[in-house]
Amino acid sequence: MGIDKQFMAAPIGSAVDKFQLIPEFLKVRGLVREHLESYNYFVNTGIKKIVRVNNLITSSVDPNIYLRFKDVRIGEPSVVVDGVNEKLTPQFCRLSDMTYAAPIYVNVECVTGSHGEKEIREKKDVIIGRMPVMLRSCYCVLHGKDEAELARLGECPLDPGGYFVVKGTEKVVLMQEQLSNNRIIIDVDKKGNLIASVTSSTAALRSKTNILMEKEKIYLQINQFQTKIPIIVVMKAMGMESDQEVVQMVGRDPRYSSLLLPSVEECAGLGVHTQQQALEFLETKVKMASYPGASVEKESRAMSILRDVFIAHVLVRKNNFRPKCIYAAVMLRRMLEAFLNKDAMDDKDYVGNKRFELSGQLISLLFEDLFKTMISEAKKMADKVLSKPSRSSRFDFSQYIVKDSISLGLERALSTGNWYAKRFRVDRKGVSQVLQRLSFIGSMGHVTRIQPQFEKSRKVSGPRALQPSQWGMLCPCDTPEGESCGLVKNLALMTHVTTDEEEGPLISLCYLLGVEDLQLLSGEELHSPNSFLVIFNGLILGKHRRPQHFSNAMRRLRRAGKIGEFVSVFVNEKQRCVYIASDGGRVCRPLVIADKGVSRIKWHHMKELLDGVRTFDDFLRDGLIEYLDVNEENNALIALYEGDALPETTHIEIEPFTILGVCAGLIPFPHHNQSPRNTYQCAMGKQAMGNISYNQLCRMDTLLYLLVYPQRPLLTTRTIELVGYDKLGAGQNATVAVMSYSGYDIEDAIVMNKSSLDRGFGRCIVMKKKPIVLQKYENNTSDRIIRPTKEGYFAERMQTLDYDGITAPGEIIRSDDILVNKETPMITRGPTISSGGLPDSQYKRTPVKSVGPVGQTTVVERVICCSDKNNNLCIKFMMRETRRPEVGDKFSSRHGQKGVCGTIIQQEDFPVSERGICPDLIMNPHGFPSRMTVGKMIELLGSKAGVSTGRFHYGSAFGEPSGHADKVETISETLVKHGFSYSGKDFLYSGITGSPLQAYIFMGPIYYQKLKHMVLDKMHARAMGPRVMMTRQPTEGRSRNGGLRVGEMERDCLIAYGASSLLYERLMLSSDPFEAQVCRACGLLGYYNHKLKTGFCSSCRSGNNISTMKLPYACKLLFQELQSMNIVPRLKLAEV
Amino acid sequence: MPELPEHLELKRTRVSCNFDAPTDTEPILYSGAYASMGVDNTNMEDFFKNFKIKINRLTEDEIEFDMVGIDAALANAFRRILIAEVPTMAIEKVFIANNTSVIQDEVLAHRLGLIPLNVDPRLFEYKSEKDLPNEKNTIVFGLHARCERGAPRNTVKSDELKWLPNGSEFLLATEDNDSDPAAKARTYTSFSCGQDSLPEFSVNPICARHPDITIARLGPGQEIELEAHAVKGVGKEHAKWSPVATAWYRMLPEVVLLQDVYDEKAEKLVRKCPVNVFDIEDVANGRKAVVARPRACTLCRECIREEGWDQYVALRRKRDHFIFTIESTGALPPEVLFTEAVKILEDKCERVITELS
Repeated sequence: MGIDKQFMAAPIGSAVDKFQLIPEFLKVRGLVREHLESYNYFVNTGIKKIVRVNNLITSSVDPNIYLRFKDVRIGEPSVVVDGVNEKLTPQFCRLSDMTYAAPIYVNVECVTGSHGEKEIREKKDVIIGRMPVMLRSCYCVLHGKDEAELARLGECPLDPGGYFVVKGTEKVVLMQEQLSNNRIIIDVDKKGNLIASVTSSTAALRSKTNILMEKEKIYLQINQFQTKIPIIVVMKAMGMESDQEVVQMVGRDPRYSSLLLPSVEECAGLGVHTQQQALEFLETKVKMASYPGASVEKESRAMSILRDVFIAHVLVRKNNFRPKCIYAAVMLRRMLEAFLNKDAMDDKDYVGNKRFELSGQLISLLFEDLFKTMISEAKKMADKVLSKPSRSSRFDFSQYIVKDSISLGLERALSTGNWYAKRFRVDRKGVSQVLQRLSFIGSMGHVTRIQPQFEKSRKVSGPRALQPSQWGMLCPCDTPEGESCGLVKNLALMTHVTTDEEEGPLISLCYLLGVEDLQLLSGEELHSPNSFLVIFNGLILGKHRRPQHFSNAMRRLRRAGKIGEFVSVFVNEKQRCVYIASDGGRVCRPLVIADKGVSRIKWHHMKELLDGVRTFDDFLRDGLIEYLDVNEENNALIALYEGDALPETTHIEIEPFTILGVCAGLIPFPHHNQSPRNTYQCAMGKQAMGNISYNQLCRMDTLLYLLVYPQRPLLTTRTIELVGYDKLGAGQNATVAVMSYSGYDIEDAIVMNKSSLDRGFGRCIVMKKKPIVLQKYENNTSDRIIRPTKEGYFAERMQTLDYDGITAPGEIIRSDDILVNKETPMITRGPTISSGGLPDSQYKRTPVKSVGPVGQTTVVERVICCSDKNNNLCIKFMMRETRRPEVGDKFSSRHGQKGVCGTIIQQEDFPVSERGICPDLIMNPHGFPSRMTVGKMIELLGSKAGVSTGRFHYGSAFGEPSGHADKVETISETLVKHGFSYSGKDFLYSGITGSPLQAYIFMGPIYYQKLKHMVLDKMHARAMGPRVMMTRQPTEGRSRNGGLRVGEMERDCLIAYGASSLLYERLMLSSDPFEAQVCRACGLLGYYNHKLKTGFCSSCRSGNNISTMKLPYACKLLFQELQSMNIVPRLKLAEV
Repeated sequence: MPELPEHLELKRTRVSCNFDAPTDTEPILYSGAYASMGVDNTNMEDFFKNFKIKINRLTEDEIEFDMVGIDAALANAFRRILIAEVPTMAIEKVFIANNTSVIQDEVLAHRLGLIPLNVDPRLFEYKSEKDLPNEKNTIVFGLHARCERGAPRNTVKSDELKWLPNGSEFLLATEDNDSDPAAKARTYTSFSCGQDSLPEFSVNPICARHPDITIARLGPGQEIELEAHAVKGVGKEHAKWSPVATAWYRMLPEVVLLQDVYDEKAEKLVRKCPVNVFDIEDVANGRKAVVARPRACTLCRECIREEGWDQYVALRRKRDHFIFTIESTGALPPEVLFTEAVKILEDKCERVITELS
């Protein structure tokens, strides 16, 4: 980690400086730790569980024939080429369009044999498929490698990993945001009715249970029932025949009973008194054929729905419905509570009610589906063979395991992003995305992104609004603008997303700590005062009489490392519950523990950290730091700084700037900016050109934008150093003068200094990939490359070719130059042609030309030859173009202040300061008042102080109190010490007249980013050009050299103005004029007979009444299309 | 001769640098501006009488001189000419035979172009598009650097640019090789004689001005082989031809104490100034602040920042006194650069005169 030495050597002040924990945290966990951890959990534990659960395939023909999976493991990333096992590296996969995957090995025990003789055999290391490997995960070759080793593997040490390489493209599986499963959510539905809903998710199925209150009566709503069911009927059906028991379970408070009364009455009104009657009533409401899994006896269908679908995660053991009854009662109680007191309503947008599904979980879902499919297929095939009466060959069950289905299924899902598993009713699109490689920060931002599950079109503001519970977990700045604003989020710097943890030991631990088992409690005791319910991962375990004591004991165990550090213990006083959570997908963050407001971290701990004898994990293990999730944060009182701690304080923040994410972390002084500006910068930082990675020139990206001389910002932040932006910068420090100049700077345009551009400011390299495939054909022929010819028509365009017929690196290519001198066989179908090959005459020339605007030249950067997935020879060219900024190129500072280059002006015309400093660009001061980007002004001051002292200044968010941001006062002092004005305003001389300017000018360096939008890629004009074949109108779009359309509104203007000739010209002559032959008699279109040189009407069979008229070709086409639909348009012609 | 009243004279000759903004920045150019008071605003005799130049500092690459009695427009004209119109030699065309380094050809060529060359541009002619490169308009450098396999990485510095006095050594690709084998193979230049035979260069051969400018870094096995052709040009076209790193002037600062400042206040004033403009003198009635080094004033305006201090201190600039600094890139000594600039301005004036007459 790049930490400045000076800072490291500085003595630690009285308030212990805990900043050093952050680099340590990131070193241990990395920026994409959640992805890696979830994937590691899946490949180490999850996959084993899945296989263990589905480990047996038994033939339905002969139950003695079976196959049992004993163990599963994942090997090293490798690929089998021509029977040889070759190890894979990620870089190799990227370059040669392969999937970075490792074989999945299983040990199987199966029955083999022939003719009745059976024998049980064990087979080791049978490959059942290939698992795509996440980069930097524990099975990746990059795992645990140091910088030099990574360089040897062609990998960038700053690259965070956490993505996959599938078919040569890098794919990120985005985190998916969902409402948490198995938790009761009290909410109001569209009609204003109170509703308590639980989404149950078990290994077997997912179901949604709603209990709603309508007109004072309470109903149950499940998909499997046609209508809503009175809740008391449900309770009765589950065996709670006595109304008193129900009321007791909900709570004996008279308010509750009075609210329950209408429901009880309704039930009685229906004539339902016993369990039998209730079940019969339910039976009439069951949706027909909606529940195919139900057993054949009709009577038990309602029962089985109640057992398997209603609050499915509460399991029914031995037909004991009591836990379910209690759960339903708790739901009812929560609802009634909310009815009486609106504060008890749950907030769906509260981060504590959210879960984040990570790549490991998503892949595990897919794998489970594919694995089950594979098993059923193997079974089907084995049965088919076994059912044949006479089989001669030896039977081997393991033969029927097809390994392609798993490999292809995983690969397909990752490369298309479509997560489809019918078994789990999962059908999602866009789960995996191509990793953004436009800029380093862009790819960092991409791996920390969170995708919402809601549809974007809903016009509710709730889910989009900033939630107070996001503090420290999700970045408040980094969200896109537009339709997905506020829905797509990003993780903050120190956030961790948990993975699943073993439940069994925790449950028994709870019981050991004095939780009274549910089974032993009567309904009355359930809600007895001074006892709290204990809810573990949405399951009611029982109750505890001393909740505070219990939760303290749990927390002590967690701090001692006896239970997992991510287990959360949350006492909800209002609901009188203790929530224990160990499920995956919760967000949490580390905090320093304080005892009575005194931080547990003392300076000697930090010193040990600096000396390298203590690691972040030691802090965790020694109980100095702990992870809190959003719910548990509600039980804590967290002080921002040690000095602010009160006696009640339980925790202290590590550093306030960690509430921001990676993208927002680049902004200096973001806390001085207007908030939307930070959001704009988060979006723009991803478009900034700069360095992408250390291996950027070895990669073959389809499009690559690089800055020729990228710099490190003069005004840095701690986040910049932590993520490595100082090593892979995307911008340059430009000396900016804030003044009006030349009038070409209105509307945020900037004026640039030509000499600065001459010296390399804003110079960039654009690289594009051009792949060329040598096709193989079915008749065993293939394309070939031949030597260039020195003479003839093509010779001039072949100058850049090497003797091998392929353009060499370093050659300058003009438009239409030949890149590869390719020839294609004339006949590509039909009978196979012997390997001897075809004579030269059987080939036709199909040279590959470079396309591009005429007059523009590109350079061949690199050429690689590899074989693609169909084993064809593939030649990939990297075409390079170096561009200097021109008028219209887009630039931006780090404060959401973008602007285009308005004009470029000679240096001698630029203003010059008393010290001879001439600005690189001039920015109009009108950019400031409405944008309120004070941070930008402070950046200018800080950078100016930075260049005069030769020390990088800092501007971390909220960093002034802790010394991670320089204060304006001290910056001003530094400026004065170096002879500048404290305000940063200099005395400038006009470059044109030579006399001083009439104002002091705010001038100093600001870090400017060049954005990827450049005029060269956008400008477009056309006089004549291609037309669409069908309508004969000009083509559309820049890429097709299309025309500029006079649209409807433009047409309206011309009509209103009365410019009829112009209209005629634009809509007809410049578009698709056509001379049509029209029959005056029938009004239909005729044709022109070239032999007779007359028009002819084929419907009248005469050429007598033919007139020639001009009309748009598209019109003629319309007539003909109408005719084809049996509609006859007839033209009536008249003399004008 | 009548004098102007004090406040007008101040407006005429000084730029006042107030705390919020400078005033009177524009000079009053019209010679008859004060005619009603009988004062001639500008006249030639005064200029001849008053104009003087005094050199304060002169080093190999830098000159600082005072130019007194001249208008800002003219001083600025020299500055502009120095930056944009005094010619130098710079590498314009690069013929790359081999470049396996990480640095791209275009970037390498750009970097080479920006290297200042130690050669007097006056000895060369401009090369127009249709001119053949010859010994009068082109200087050829060769560069062949290589990092052996197994060797540590090395840095190619500008001293590895080798002057090729006999012109290009790269052979022109010819269509007909067999026409005349005896004839000398044609190269990219057509020198009639070697440049080293010219007396100007035989003594001090042409090279890059600074030997330690990094051109590229080579990893093991990488190689750069190229030929760079330098031609004459002006900074207007590209900054690489600018003979100066920068050239600028500032008007002579004048710091005036409007009232006498004594004792504590004086000490405070001395402390305020980061560049020590003020000193304290012991006088009869206490310790008095005096302006000791007005030249050092950088116009940080610290002394008048505090409320009310502009009653005591006035910061001004003398309108016709310029402290001119030229930082040469090294092709020509800075003092020669200035005379060149004057010559160019002279030529321009002559051209105007001839055009007008």
